[in-house]
Amino acid sequence: MARMTRVVFKLYIAGSTPRSQGAVANLRRLGEERLSGNYELIVIDVKENPQVAEAERILATPTLVKESPLPLRRVTGDLSDQEMVWLGLAIPKFNDEEDES
Amino acid sequence: MTQAASMQKLETGIPGFDLIAEGGLPARRATLIAGTAGSAKTVFATQFLIAGINEENEAGVFVTFEDSPEDIRKNMAGFGWEIGNWEAKGKWAFVDAAPEPDSESATLLVGQYDLGALLARIEYAVQKVDAKRVSLDSLNALFVKYPDRAILRAELFRIVASLKKLGVTVVFTGERDDDYGATTRFGIEEFVADNAVILRNVLINERRRRTVEILKFRGAPHQRGEYPFTITNGEGIIVIPLSGIELTQSSSTVRIPSGIPELDELAGGGFFRDSIILLSGATGTGKTLMTTQFLAGGIAAGERCLLFAFEESREQLFRNAAAWGVDFEGMERDKKLKVVNQYPHAMALEDTFVQMRATIEEFKPNRVAVDSLSSLERVSSVRAFREFVMSLTSFLKREETAGLFTSTTESLMGGGSVTEKHISTLTDTIILLRYVEAYGEMRRGITVLKMRGSQHAHDIREYVIDSQGMHIKEPFRHVSGILSGQTSLAPWAADIGGGPSAAES
Repeated sequence: MARMTRVVFKLYIAGSTPRSQGAVANLRRLGEERLSGNYELIVIDVKENPQVAEAERILATPTLVKESPLPLRRVTGDLSDQEMVWLGLAIPKFNDEEDES
Repeated sequence: MTQAASMQKLETGIPGFDLIAEGGLPARRATLIAGTAGSAKTVFATQFLIAGINEENEAGVFVTFEDSPEDIRKNMAGFGWEIGNWEAKGKWAFVDAAPEPDSESATLLVGQYDLGALLARIEYAVQKVDAKRVSLDSLNALFVKYPDRAILRAELFRIVASLKKLGVTVVFTGERDDDYGATTRFGIEEFVADNAVILRNVLINERRRRTVEILKFRGAPHQRGEYPFTITNGEGIIVIPLSGIELTQSSSTVRIPSGIPELDELAGGGFFRDSIILLSGATGTGKTLMTTQFLAGGIAAGERCLLFAFEESREQLFRNAAAWGVDFEGMERDKKLKVVNQYPHAMALEDTFVQMRATIEEFKPNRVAVDSLSSLERVSSVRAFREFVMSLTSFLKREETAGLFTSTTESLMGGGSVTEKHISTLTDTIILLRYVEAYGEMRRGITVLKMRGSQHAHDIREYVIDSQGMHIKEPFRHVSGILSGQTSLAPWAADIGGGPSAAES
C-alpha cells in the first residue's frame, strides 16, 4: 500500500449545480472504491476562476483532469459510469492490482 | 411596425453590408453567418470585430473553435490587419477553444455535461475588454467534439442568451454543404440565431462569384436577394450594393456641354451634370471620337475627366485624339485628365468595379467615360454585368459625376446591342449612332433616343467626321427605317431634293 502513487485530480465545475455535486460524489466514490482513498481532489469553479479555465482550455463542465501520475487524462461529464471513467483515466495497473490483492 | 422601426441596428462597418442590412446587424442579437468551405466566413467574423474597433472604437472578442489564435493572427495579417496590436491595446481578446494539437488530451465523454466553462471564459473575456461584439468561428467544430445535439442546442441557446444579456452583438459562423441547400450542415445553428446571413461562393461561367444574402432578420427590415461582394487585400470584404438602395438623391438640373455644340442643341442644352449617358453604335460610327470630344469638352469647361479604356491601347487612344486635335498628353500632364487602360479579362467584374471606384474617389473627376461597356459584358454573366452597371451608375450619381458609357451594336445597320437591352433602364440618356444606307452611300445618323427630365430633338440627324471631329448636320428627311436598319427612301424623295439627282443637276 505504501508504494502506491497518490493520484491527483482536478475537477472543473461551473457553479454548485446538482450536476457538479453529482460529479464530485461519483468521483469520491471511485476514489474510495478503486484507490482506497489514496487520491487528492482539487475542485475548481470556472465561474470564479475563468482565467484558469482559459489557461487549461476547458470548454465543458464538469471536466475531470487526472494531473498525476502522467499521462494527463480528461473525462467530461457527470462521471456517472464508473467503469468508463476508470478506463478513461488510465491509472497505472499496479495501483489496481495491489488494491485488489 | 413600430417595433420593427425601433429595432436598433449596429453598424458593422463592413463596406456595403450596412446598406443591404439597412443600417447594420440588429443590435444585441445573434446572427448566423452560414456558408460553404471557402466562402469567407472567418473573414466576415474577423472583419466584424475589426470594423467595430476601427469605426466605432468598440472592443471585440473572437472565440475560435477551429484555427488557433496564432493561425488567425497570421492569416489575417494578409489583409493588413494586425490583430496582435489590438490585443495589446485591450481592444481584442481571443477565447481559444480550438482543439489541442496533441491527441493525448482528447476528451472522453461520460454522462451529462454542459458548456459552462466555455460560457464562463467568453463572459470573462467580454468583461475584460468591455466588448460590444463577439464572433464565434465556427460552431462546426463543437458538433464534432460534442456529438449530443440536444445538449449542444440547449447550451448554444444559453450562451447566446447570456451574451445578449451582456449587451453584446454576436456573430457566429456555420458550415453548409451546398451553396443552394440546407442553411447549415447540422440544422441547429439557424434555430439559435435571431438572424441569418448566407455567404456564397459559386462558379459561374468559369468565374468565381461571391454573394451575400440576408436570409432573415427577426423583426427588422433588410434588403432581399443576393448581392455580390469581393475580397480585397486592404479592406477585406466589400459588398457591392445595387443602385436601388442608393438612388435617393435628386437629379441635378445643371447642364454641362457634351463637347459637340450641335449635340447640346439636340439634347435641349447639354447633358445634366449627374446623368448617365449611353452611347450606342456599330463599330466605326465614331463612339471613341464622341468620347474624346466629351472629355475635351469637359476639360475646356474647367472640369476633371477620367477615361476607362477597355478596348484600345493608350498609344492608340492618344494618337487618335491628337488626329482630332485633342491633346490627351498635355491634359494628363496638367492633371485634368486621367486615362486608365485595362484588359477586361484580367479580373472579375466585382473587382473591376472596386478598382474603378477607388480610382474615381482618388481622382475626383467631374466626368467619367467608359469605352466600352460591351467589352466588359463579354467577360461576365448578364446578372453580374447588370449589377456592375447599377453599382457604377449609382456611385457616379452619388458623386454627382457625369458618366458616358459606350456600347457596340452587333450589326452594322440598325438594331440594338445586348448591352443596351440590359442596362437601358439604368441610363438617363441614350444616344444612337447608326449607319444609314441612302442613295447608294453609307452615311451616318445620330439621334437622341431618350433623355430623362428634359426636352430633346427627336429627329435623326446626319453627321460627318473630319479632322476637326464630329459635325452634326441636317435631319434625314426622306429616309425611314434607320433605327431598324431597314432603310427605305420616300418615293417622292428624289422630286423634293436632297438625293443624288438633285445634287447632280
